[in-house]
Amino acid sequence: MAVLMLAEVTDGALAMDATAKAVAAAKPLGDITLLCCGETAKDAAAQAATIDGVAKVLVAEDALYGHRLAEPTAALLVSLAGDYDHIAAPATTDAKNILPRVAALLDVMVISDVSGVIDADTFERPVYAGNAVQTVKSKDAKKVLTIRTSSFDAAATGGQAPVEDVATGEDPGLSSWVEDKVAESDRPDLTSASIVVSGGRGIGSEENFQLIEKLADKLGAAVGASRAAVDSGYAPNDWQVGQTGKVVAPDLYIAVGISGAIQHLAGMKDSKVIVAINKDEEAPIFQVADLGLVGDLFELLPDLTEKL
Amino acid sequence: MKILVPVKRVIDYNVKVRVKSDGSGVDLANVKMSMNPFDEIAVEEAIRLKEKGTADEVIAVSIGVKQAQETLRTALAMGADRAILVVAADDVHQDIEPLAVAKILKAVIDEEQPGLVLCGKQAIDNDMNATGQMLAALLGWSQATFASKLEIEGEAAKVTREVDGGLQTIEVKMPAIVSVDLRLNEPRYASLPNIMKAKKKPLDEKTAADVGVDVAPRLEVVKTTEPAERQAGQIVGSVDELVTQLKEKGLV
Ligand SMILES: Cc1cc2nc3c(=O)[nH]c(=O)nc-3n(C[C@H](O)[C@H](O)[C@H](O)COP(=O)(O)OP(=O)(O)OC[C@H]3O[C@@H](n4cnc5c(N)ncnc54)[C@H](O)[C@@H]3O)c2cc1C
Ligand SMILES: Nc1ncnc2c1ncn2[C@@H]1O[C@H](COP(=O)(O)O)[C@@H](O)[C@H]1O
Repeated sequence: MAVLMLAEVTDGALAMDATAKAVAAAKPLGDITLLCCGETAKDAAAQAATIDGVAKVLVAEDALYGHRLAEPTAALLVSLAGDYDHIAAPATTDAKNILPRVAALLDVMVISDVSGVIDADTFERPVYAGNAVQTVKSKDAKKVLTIRTSSFDAAATGGQAPVEDVATGEDPGLSSWVEDKVAESDRPDLTSASIVVSGGRGIGSEENFQLIEKLADKLGAAVGASRAAVDSGYAPNDWQVGQTGKVVAPDLYIAVGISGAIQHLAGMKDSKVIVAINKDEEAPIFQVADLGLVGDLFELLPDLTEKL
Repeated sequence: MKILVPVKRVIDYNVKVRVKSDGSGVDLANVKMSMNPFDEIAVEEAIRLKEKGTADEVIAVSIGVKQAQETLRTALAMGADRAILVVAADDVHQDIEPLAVAKILKAVIDEEQPGLVLCGKQAIDNDMNATGQMLAALLGWSQATFASKLEIEGEAAKVTREVDGGLQTIEVKMPAIVSVDLRLNEPRYASLPNIMKAKKKPLDEKTAADVGVDVAPRLEVVKTTEPAERQAGQIVGSVDELVTQLKEKGLV
């Protein structure tokens, strides 16, 4: 059994944590070949080669893959698919864009957001915003899956897999990149941080969101937000945690001014310890919180930030 | 230009999902069903494009049980011009997989020749996030997923996408598949007169067999279980107490 895995490479940089977690998840399925593609991908490939469990790394360097457009990247994966039983990737927005396209081109179903690997054909995945877990057995010849990284511990590093170039494909000429709007930040990445501080509608404004950021910076934490906070313009879209945002499972998740709708819980309820600060003692977030503090966040948050 | 909008009938997002104790699935009998929230956003966007004169017809399509007629009537009440129901199941518990849905949509598209398909990013029941991408693959069309902004400029669409790192803007050649995200627009409510009018709008019905698509699932659902329950913990009395607890647990 052999696995072809699309490594998460953005602007030449490997997302080590996401890729190493997906490798750990796929290890029981067989030898893993990691594909690193991008306009530049050699450095990412060299780093990917150190992940334990990786048998080989393939590099496809071409401007065509520079912005992870779905059409050329899916075509590249399909051109390589012949030798593999499983085609996998960490369940990032890039992979969710690309892998269903790969699956349809191979006439197989995609298995999205795998949270458990039972055997080569059988996988667990959350459905209904995480309110149920399905065990599915694939009847397809090839299995195409995206892996929910928050459900797995990262594979260790220290290996030294061989790195090879692969032939790149033609430009299908269907789409082109215009621009990226990426906020630079020194904070840890939301999906791999060990502490996350999230703010909701209760924060009230973009300026007030600095209260959340101050606490996060004091703790060396990443910043998250509820959909309501993002919709209201208090926080950027890539901070959204939940069913349709990012899924996180840090050691400590602090939810401030967040009511705890199921769609939000879907993205954070596997956190090890949950702290909730909310003025409404009936807020559903307290039903999942290990430690709850009832009161006005505008009094409690500055006090907490100071005392930590 | 015609716009095709696939709309799925799903459990209402406010309903508390109940997993059946025998592991056979989620209880969908007698629960409130609605249009998938993302698909409402797709319908809204299509109607706005029609109102701007960019599109001249909006067609809503649903695949599933006969009851999806209601979902299509909602799309018609919002402003879609006509609807197509492809009956592919007779039990409300039978979910049609994205691959089969995409194949059926392809058959409809081959006939209708729309210039744009606007679908939801994800169905909130199976949480697959796949149908639009699969459909684009089957048609050999361009795709722009997770759209938070859409501008049609002649033969191309400029789409801003919500991605892990922030926002990415791409330009896709038309015809294209665009899957919509939550912040693209705020869908309108159908007014009572429009709900009445929708009853008279055309709603064609066919079956999966009519369009020659096998809907047999590729993924057998072996079982469906409840996720691990989280227990409520304790309410602490003060910030000091919280800090002490966090320190004791070695978290800060
Ligand atoms: C299809 C779909 C997908 C969705 N996906 C997501 C998702 O991915 N992520 C997500 O988060 N949501 C998602 N939602 C939205 C979700 O249903 C809720 O609407 C949202 O999570 C609510 O955000 P909130 O808790 O910040 O706001 P609210 O529910 O309005 O809660 C605000 C809370 O702040 C508290 N508060 C107010 N002022 C103060 C104060 N001064 N001090 C202390 N507490 C205060 C209030 O008591 C209240 O509990 C989705 C919804 C749909 C339909
Ligand atoms: N049975 C269906 N009928 C109509 N549209 C569907 C159906 N299933 C999926 N879709 C469309 O595809 C989108 C993504 O669904 P999914 O890939 O299942 O997460 C939905 O938001 C709908 O627009």
